[in-house]
Amino acid sequence: MLAYILRRIGMAALVMFVALSVNFSIPRLMPGDPVEQVLAAASAAGGQSGNMADTARVMRARLGLDQPMWRQYLSYLGNSARLDLGVSVASYPQPVSEIVLAGLPWTVGLLGTATLISFVLGTVLGALMAWPKAPRVLKVLAVPVVVLSAIPYFILGLVLMALLGIAWPVLPVAGGYPFGVVLNPDIASALAIARHAVLPGLSIVLASLGTWAVAMRGMVVGVLGEDYIMLAEAKGLSERRIFLAYGLRNALLPQFTALALRLGLLVSGAILVEVIFAYPGIGYRLYVAIGQKDVFVVQGIVLLLSAAIAGAMLVLDLLYPLIDPRVAAGHA
Amino acid sequence: MKALWQFSRREPLVPLGLLLLLVLATLSLAAPLIVDPALAGIGATAARRPPSAAHWLGSDTQGRDVLASLLAATPQTLEIGLLAGLIGLAAGGVLGLLAGWFRGVVDAIIRTACDVFMTIPAIAVLVLVGTSVRSMTVGLMAIVVAGLSWMVPARSIRAQVLSLRERPWIDVARLNGQSSLAIIFADLLPNLAPFLAASFVISVSTAMLATVGLEALGLGPQNELTLGMMIYWAQYSGAILRGMWWWWVPPVVALALIFMALLAISLGLDRIVNARLRSDL
Repeated sequence: MLAYILRRIGMAALVMFVALSVNFSIPRLMPGDPVEQVLAAASAAGGQSGNMADTARVMRARLGLDQPMWRQYLSYLGNSARLDLGVSVASYPQPVSEIVLAGLPWTVGLLGTATLISFVLGTVLGALMAWPKAPRVLKVLAVPVVVLSAIPYFILGLVLMALLGIAWPVLPVAGGYPFGVVLNPDIASALAIARHAVLPGLSIVLASLGTWAVAMRGMVVGVLGEDYIMLAEAKGLSERRIFLAYGLRNALLPQFTALALRLGLLVSGAILVEVIFAYPGIGYRLYVAIGQKDVFVVQGIVLLLSAAIAGAMLVLDLLYPLIDPRVAAGHA
Repeated sequence: MKALWQFSRREPLVPLGLLLLLVLATLSLAAPLIVDPALAGIGATAARRPPSAAHWLGSDTQGRDVLASLLAATPQTLEIGLLAGLIGLAAGGVLGLLAGWFRGVVDAIIRTACDVFMTIPAIAVLVLVGTSVRSMTVGLMAIVVAGLSWMVPARSIRAQVLSLRERPWIDVARLNGQSSLAIIFADLLPNLAPFLAASFVISVSTAMLATVGLEALGLGPQNELTLGMMIYWAQYSGAILRGMWWWWVPPVVALALIFMALLAISLGLDRIVNARLRSDL
């Protein structure tokens, strides 16, 4: 058990190390540096003053870009560990960590809720699709669900926005709460937030439902061929009990592994949904920062995404032995 | 021919998806017969016009004929997907073969690398590259995206090789004194064909998904037309809010069709590879 926990923690640490290194090296491998980009943007906006070369030298010194590479790398690792991600260039001198953390609750709330709903619904639907005695309605319902799973979340979001936001305007199409409203911890605010989350959430749920259903169906089909199912039938157990306790229970295990593996894809998809609906989470902030060429905010958000996924995966991994004790014992 | 027909009757998903892709590709290759390609240029026609007899799908805010843009963008998008998918499959296939064949340390390193890169969200790395390069092109986009679509092929090929290498005919080949390389090419690869095909489709579709995502964030090739860039410009100019459906619906439908075709092929291949799944759906 201890070996398992240590291995999972080691894996998460490795992921973070690689993410940090990638984050450090990619911008530095490319021609040009952030100072050049910022100054170019400033001069394009008419903000040039004095000698550009001097300005660039001073800025590089302040950002530590004139230090040797290994030194920059070490101080980058140290700063990241202290959550010091630099300051925003576009809304100077707001720290990057402040911008990033302000978006976090929105993304976690939207993505967490949507993923939970689609995972549960999709898993049940998939299991029923494989169950010979399931109602025929489900088999018909499964086709559109599987077809929708082919479509990227945000493209489905565009269509939903046009249908339910513009053509038949029942739901708000942009933002996380009504424009110009001060949020209070009361029911009215909570309802307003929930209303704004419906369209982006629905896009994620509808587009990811089919993925879980297809995977679960495959698993249940496999499990239903096992000998212990035949034994359960021979014992005369009820259909419902065989399905729930023997079929569903055993097919569920790989589904949790799939959830852990798909977290990255889920987050990537959800980011784009936020962009489409101008939802004030991490993804929309990333989009804005890219538009403003706010390099440090972009790097900060990118790092946070990797950290969040590594963290979520670690939690899933550590919970996994509770559902499948064989894992901790090293048998699976 | 007859065998092919019977196969199609039994497993309609693969031919269906291929046919759909073929139709889209043919349409865009035959584009000059349908509409003048020059109409896809900026300012080629009157801006913001709804569909008419002269311009079947109207025009966008920059005076581009939407039908001409659509037909020019489709092959570009397919090209990025196929190119990135091929590179991803080649890299992932080689790594998977190495890991499965040599096992031990090589396997441990490759498997860990796969797990690490599957955890780091592709979009994060893509955004870093996208914001760091001076200008994005279709070719560069394919290479960048391919760098993140090798993990799934590597994992599935590795698993197959691990199981195949224990089969008796591989032992026979080994006892006959054949070299590892000869066994891999003569005895392993032919048996891996269906898995390679399935991995290829998956890596094409991950690559296209990543491409479209990057484009939606505004990091796509600014000066070239792809389906994702069409959607980006339409969204950027508020086409949906302004009710210019003829601008954003066509690229959305085209992309949706491509993704559905890929899903059909991949589900179909899955059923061929995985005989157990062949109950009714």
